[in-house]
Amino acid sequence: MTTAIQQQRKERIDRGIKVRSDSIYAVMSLRELSYLGLPRIILIVGMLVLPLVVPSIYWQRVFTICCIYALLAISFDFLAHYVGLVSLGGAFFVGTGGYLAAIANTSLGLPPWLTIPLATVVGGCLCTLLLLPCLPLRGVYFAIVSLMYPLFLARLIEALDILGGTDGIMGIDSFPNRWVEQYSLIVILLLILFGVRRLVNTDLGLVLRGVMDNDQAIRASGISVTFYKSVAVFIASSMGCLSGAFLVHIYMWSGISQFALDFSIIPIAATIVGGGGTLAGPLLGCLLLVPISELLRDFGTLRIVFYALILVAFIIFRSEGLLVYGQRKYHQFERWIKI
Amino acid sequence: MKDDPILKVDGITKFFGGIQALSDVSFDVHEGEILGIIGPNGSGKTTVVNCITGFIKKSAGHVYFRGKDISRKPPHKIADMGVTRTFQIMRPYYSLPAYKNLVIPLFSPRSKRTGGWRGGGRLGDRNTVGIDILEEIGFERDSYVPYKLAATLPTGYLKRLELARCLALKPEIIICDEIFSGLSMSEIASMVPLIERLQMEGITLIMIEHRLRELFRVTDRIMVLNFGKKLIEGSPKTIMANEEVKTAYFGSQNVEEVMDHA
Repeated sequence: MTTAIQQQRKERIDRGIKVRSDSIYAVMSLRELSYLGLPRIILIVGMLVLPLVVPSIYWQRVFTICCIYALLAISFDFLAHYVGLVSLGGAFFVGTGGYLAAIANTSLGLPPWLTIPLATVVGGCLCTLLLLPCLPLRGVYFAIVSLMYPLFLARLIEALDILGGTDGIMGIDSFPNRWVEQYSLIVILLLILFGVRRLVNTDLGLVLRGVMDNDQAIRASGISVTFYKSVAVFIASSMGCLSGAFLVHIYMWSGISQFALDFSIIPIAATIVGGGGTLAGPLLGCLLLVPISELLRDFGTLRIVFYALILVAFIIFRSEGLLVYGQRKYHQFERWIKI
Repeated sequence: MKDDPILKVDGITKFFGGIQALSDVSFDVHEGEILGIIGPNGSGKTTVVNCITGFIKKSAGHVYFRGKDISRKPPHKIADMGVTRTFQIMRPYYSLPAYKNLVIPLFSPRSKRTGGWRGGGRLGDRNTVGIDILEEIGFERDSYVPYKLAATLPTGYLKRLELARCLALKPEIIICDEIFSGLSMSEIASMVPLIERLQMEGITLIMIEHRLRELFRVTDRIMVLNFGKKLIEGSPKTIMANEEVKTAYFGSQNVEEVMDHA
């Protein structure tokens, strides 16, 4: 019996199947296959099942708003941890996308399945153009400018009384029913999540990570830093505009509250709670933070106090983020192997 | 054609505030040669490199590459033309494995144009081409070294990685900013044949060095800078014999003695 044990040793599953680099695996059994696939399957199935199991239509709506914030959080995480640009522009992207979709729907009479892609692409271009002046610069300029635009645009709409002024644009078409609304958003969110995860590991994604690591070396390699930064900003702002366009069709209304700083701050908090740089972490963070803030409504004005306390507790006890912690633990799973 | 210099530096001057870092420095580099630039600390050697490659703006003067004025071009455009450089303080992408460091230059427009990234097959794969270049430059292919994070690599490998980044662009000129500094004697000994091989492949090199013994072995011509001014230009022999250079740089009349300590 003792000799049998001596001929075995423990090995981490991920070490056993990783071949040299992070992206190449040698999968030899169903067990190894499920080790790699299970987290992804749990995420996809969980997201698809969640709307069916939540108790009421109210919580279904909360889940929809979670998905909206998750899009913004993924866009923040992508810019911050894969391009090195700290963006406070969530509100800017949501407002731009929202107003574009509202105008396209009410003035041009386009249906939601046309206004949303239109707002995504045109909004992405518009946001990138407006942010272009601060892209050649390193440092905090991008954060400051991206924070300034939503304030600027909201005041502009208010002061000039354009685009419906403080009343906003009303009478926007909604989705055919709440299931279409819910599931189209979930599917798009999952596609974007896996798409961005794939993007950051392509050669283009490597260049973007290079911009974050070392922009001088990028220049010395004959690559324009500003061009690739603007590509990244276009991708991120398109995601933000998409969520804004969805939001106006859900609310059937577009107003200056779309430029509210909630859209900038909550995604950042979710990224910190969920774990920056993981892309799925911000989604997890939104799924936690948004319902928590709803549950705290019972406390009335003390809501923000408790919310802040929860955030502080997260930062003190799990500063790396939930998913980074979970990932580390998951990679530490061991198995016995024969020597 | 052979007489036209591949790189012509014409009277570049650089002020940092009130300090004149370079005053009216001119020199030519001919195709296929190795030009050495030496000078005491703070004499403006790295500033010359930065001015040529566009990383800092010149106060005055022009740089011509194959007769074309590249003085006002941004650094990525100059690198795109084939004038590449290494950094004295190594600048790899620390969060990426060594071979992924080369995927980035292989992604550049120049690499797409020259087809440098097309290793195997018609479409090619930047990862394998990157590992090929690393092997060429002295990374052991069948070890884990090319797959290690750049942050964990020792100085010798990082210096090679700097050179590899230039090679990935299929350059016409490589400007090496102190590529031997911080290396052990054995590491330098293995770098020298590499430099000689690059010259045989037809790449023009400008080398800024403090390791004079190795520099004199590989270079054809040496330029000496002192306080931002060009002191003298000539073959290693004439440089060593020059009195001005002795006082400015070697600080001793006995050159042989200095070189033994270098």
